[in-house]
Amino acid sequence: MKLIEIVKLVEGTILTPELNFNINIHGGYGADLMSDVLAASQPNAALLTGLTNPQVVRTAQMADFRAIIFVRGKQPQRETLELANQEKMPLITSPLGMFELCGRLHKAGLPSFESNASE
Amino acid sequence: MPPNRIRTEQEIHGRHGRPITDQDAHEINRVEELSYDLKIHEVMSKNLHTASPEISLSDVLKILRINRISGVPVVEDDKLVGVISIEDIVRAMQNNDLTETVAQYMTRELVTVASYDSIVKAMQTFTERHVGRLPVVNEEKKLVGMITKGDITRGILVALQKDYKEEEVRRYRASHLFEDIVSDRTTLVLRYNIKSQNFTHGGTASSHIKRALLRLGADAQIARRCGIAVYEAEMNLIIHTTHGGILKLEVEPHRITMSTTDDGPGIPDVEQVLQPGYSTATDQVREMGFGAGMGLVNIKRCVDSMDLESTVGKGTKLVMRIHIPTENLSGRKEE
Repeated sequence: MKLIEIVKLVEGTILTPELNFNINIHGGYGADLMSDVLAASQPNAALLTGLTNPQVVRTAQMADFRAIIFVRGKQPQRETLELANQEKMPLITSPLGMFELCGRLHKAGLPSFESNASE
Repeated sequence: MPPNRIRTEQEIHGRHGRPITDQDAHEINRVEELSYDLKIHEVMSKNLHTASPEISLSDVLKILRINRISGVPVVEDDKLVGVISIEDIVRAMQNNDLTETVAQYMTRELVTVASYDSIVKAMQTFTERHVGRLPVVNEEKKLVGMITKGDITRGILVALQKDYKEEEVRRYRASHLFEDIVSDRTTLVLRYNIKSQNFTHGGTASSHIKRALLRLGADAQIARRCGIAVYEAEMNLIIHTTHGGILKLEVEPHRITMSTTDDGPGIPDVEQVLQPGYSTATDQVREMGFGAGMGLVNIKRCVDSMDLESTVGKGTKLVMRIHIPTENLSGRKEE
């Protein structure tokens, strides 16, 4: 699914207009615990999170995420925006909550890129 | 947007006024950047053929044919007075007038571009004025060259090729490091000083390490495993140490070793910190999404071997190793 389609689905606002949004997103992952993200995600997904500090961008970069969507209209700190632009990590903020967001994206055909605890 | 319309600088960079839309953003490519970066004098032809107003059109035709060009500027007493092109000569031929002088048929309406302008300016002028070639003048309005659409295309292609070559050379150099340098044992060591409590820059070193590994030719999966492990380790230095510590990456053709060392406070019970969920992190750290007691567990899963040694009051040393399948880091190109 193209990131630009995801922006529409989540009623999102693009926070990094200089970056490329015409990229493919293969799956989704929702979490506020960065260790979970690092532990159980698969590459090339979009990260849905309520955290807005620069560590979110670093985490996404380390785990090969392709974009970050902030839930419930959260606005990232300036340092986060700067780091995202520098590392070319597209940022979106959506007014929707985490559950609603995951639901919409999953329904639209975006698979879960979360590994189960048993895996 | 029609393909021929050229976006203004403001539309492309969006620095003033309306920010560019995401739709615009992905359409901006290197060619558009180049049309602002490249100056007219860099792509124009300086090898000037000119005609004087008194010569006959059949003489001009000879100049055009011999030099394989489609028009020349007309110069009188060192001054640009017009342009004579194939189109003008066709008009003369319709009147059976090839013995006439250039002055009779040349285009006198002078449209010029400045040598110091970006090539985008010439592209705009071509579109607006429906012309195929433009005389180029310098600051003193003196004729210094001619520019055609072909010159622009050629200029952009040359610049793109240069970009491409530089990138190729950069990649080649890094990925062939271990082949080019011969020794009994080659190790590349990268060292980073990590400051305690410096959360804003947390992960910078890990990010550099991951990029270095990709540059050296590591495949995406290995770079990701190293990146995650070293990032957790870097965050541990920031969160838990008294004075920060040193993060070290050692790359060998068959193995990647990452390690952190610090001078305290040390871990009282090493077995305990390896238990999933055990954490001593503060609320501040937890608010940032860390400190869930999963760091070392994560590291262990990402690497092939992990050793943790610690003495209270002295410090901690964490060593993480990933073995590289043969050939992976030594020159073979990976996606």
